[in-house]
Amino acid sequence: MGLLDQKFENSNVVVTTMDNLLNWARLSSLWQMQFGLACCAIEMMAASASNFDMMRFGVIPRATPRQCDVMIVSGTVTLKMASRIKRLYDQMSEPRYVISMGSCSNCGGPYWEHGYHVLKGVDRIIPVDVYVPGCPPRPEALIEGLIKLQEKIRNESMAKKKAV
Amino acid sequence: MTAQEIYDILKAQFGEAVLEAKLENVADPFIKIAAGAIKEVSVFAKNDERFQFDYLSCLSGVDFKGKLGVTYHLYSMTLRHKIVLKVEVPTDAPNVPSVESIWKTANWHEREAFDLLGINFLEHPDQRRILLPDDWEGHPLRKDYQTPEFYNGMKVPY
Amino acid sequence: MIETLEKPKTSTGKTLRTEEMIVNMGPQHPSTHGVLRLEVVLDGEIVTDVIPHLGYLHRCFEKHCEHMTSYQQVIPYVDRMDYVASMTNEMAYVVAAEKLLKIEVCDRVHYIRIIMAELQRIASHLIAIGTFGIDMGAFTPFLYYFRDREKILELFEMTCGARLLYNYMWIGGLSHDIPPQFVEKTKEFIVGFKKTLQEVNDLLNYNEIFIKRTANVGILPKDLAINYACSGPMLRGSGVNWDLRRDDPYTMYDKFEWDVIVGKGEMGTVGDVWDRNMVRQLEMWESLRIIEQAIATLPEGDVSKAIPKRIRPVPGDAYGRVEGPRGELGVYIIAEDSVTPYRIKARAPAFVNLSVITEISKGAMLADLVAIMGSIDIVLGEVDR
Repeated sequence: MGLLDQKFENSNVVVTTMDNLLNWARLSSLWQMQFGLACCAIEMMAASASNFDMMRFGVIPRATPRQCDVMIVSGTVTLKMASRIKRLYDQMSEPRYVISMGSCSNCGGPYWEHGYHVLKGVDRIIPVDVYVPGCPPRPEALIEGLIKLQEKIRNESMAKKKAV
Repeated sequence: MTAQEIYDILKAQFGEAVLEAKLENVADPFIKIAAGAIKEVSVFAKNDERFQFDYLSCLSGVDFKGKLGVTYHLYSMTLRHKIVLKVEVPTDAPNVPSVESIWKTANWHEREAFDLLGINFLEHPDQRRILLPDDWEGHPLRKDYQTPEFYNGMKVPY
Repeated sequence: MIETLEKPKTSTGKTLRTEEMIVNMGPQHPSTHGVLRLEVVLDGEIVTDVIPHLGYLHRCFEKHCEHMTSYQQVIPYVDRMDYVASMTNEMAYVVAAEKLLKIEVCDRVHYIRIIMAELQRIASHLIAIGTFGIDMGAFTPFLYYFRDREKILELFEMTCGARLLYNYMWIGGLSHDIPPQFVEKTKEFIVGFKKTLQEVNDLLNYNEIFIKRTANVGILPKDLAINYACSGPMLRGSGVNWDLRRDDPYTMYDKFEWDVIVGKGEMGTVGDVWDRNMVRQLEMWESLRIIEQAIATLPEGDVSKAIPKRIRPVPGDAYGRVEGPRGELGVYIIAEDSVTPYRIKARAPAFVNLSVITEISKGAMLADLVAIMGSIDIVLGEVDR
């Protein structure tokens, strides 16, 4: 779109489907919840800092769940934290997406066996759209996960209900 | 001041309350104190001119299967010497006097030892769980601890 | 004590009733640096009490150590304890384990460990100051510092293949020797990094807004700091000249020449937030000095010669401590006649430093609480373990 608007001298009409338009708008400004849990949060910070600059994908950290589209669960989810994550997820407005970043939030990671206080996978409490493996995943891996999520959003349709 | 000198002074001061000591051929020399006397010994260790142990490096609880132990790593900022004190109490009556009033840092360390090992610190001003949720059952670092199947409706084992 | 202000009166002449308000900060709050919850009791905007609630990242580190099948397997878990400074965590663990096992390692291992630990200290302080800048409303230093932090991570990656959690220092040695181009790249990094340090120092620490936000805020007096067993920049910011690297030397820190940075109260009172931040800033220069000396005199040797095949210590215990970026990081190992540790307790500096927050934030404004939090530089992985 940004490329097209320079090409026409007079006002024009662009024909597209509602789905396309909405999906394009959604995927280009995925506001992220500024919310770090553990080690992966440092890599998430690195991904949004100078070298990787996640903001070029429209991912802007917001401090309140009400303004967010995507929650990046970056790190180990403990049982004490689990109810808070559920509550934060419930506070996000729809459509909302979840990226589970790192082994801990995927499945418990290194704490899967003896972690009496670790939730073995955040998908036990909230639905997850994209899983990013790694302990911790590199910033490139997180960005890859984000692009996967964008692909997912691109193929969504209003007619077809999303299964939650 | 060497560990031997510290032991001699403590032994002279407290007699029976100083149980035993291992000062040679160990990584850190330690002195075992009767659990009931740890507070008096701590007050002495902090205030005595020769000791001046003003810095409690670390306070750790241990489960020795049948006994619970607390280890105090003391250091003196002014005199730059250190010593390790140990106390042991039976598991069925795990009462240790709190040293919170002497070194404020002991507050959280003792809360942690209470939380994870169930050691009861007498006269602790605020003995609550610190790491685990308030409604957690059991003390996980005990050697006979069984991980619960569910916590608040969430499955705990993998 | 400040005299209680006269309560405002209504038109009928009665005084207005004021109530204390309880505000929960966290666990999801951008300036709690992780998942800490502070229960703040407020009288208007004045903080009257702070009750920290921890444990939102309690990952059962100590339980895991007891269930490993060998002493070496603990190292990856130690890494994940203070994830911002994994190298120094490993160092604390291997120092304690080598003390227990009476292993002597060669000079090259000591030197490489010191280089890594100091690089890690810089990387950790970069995050500390960068995020502290964000808390204070300055976003630019964060970007500058993360740019240079990536260069340190490249050095680490070149050495052991990982960016954040390394599993590099092993009991009795190192997993790899440093690659041939490491020394050259480190020299390059130091030259470039000195410019950034100077630039951000001018940009942030002597910025009028920053000084106004941080000077005379959250003052931690000397005796209180010692009584609470604070350590690291927290203690040195309060004017206590104490550094484990010098006062209880481990590895080979006594071979190098460097200074211990102490807070002087340049902008306000000794022990305020500005001092603590400045100690971190200046410590990076000292770390650079140590690295420069270490790479210039790096001895030869085999870094994996002293690694034992099987570790089964004689029963006993050992407490090893190192000066981590946040302070005294101690590891207390109790061994019985077995190949697994009987009990490991980590004395986390951030855990101890955080316990003083109630004392130093009473009477501060709510906005200052954010500054105090940032200056303590907590890493929740270490606080909760």
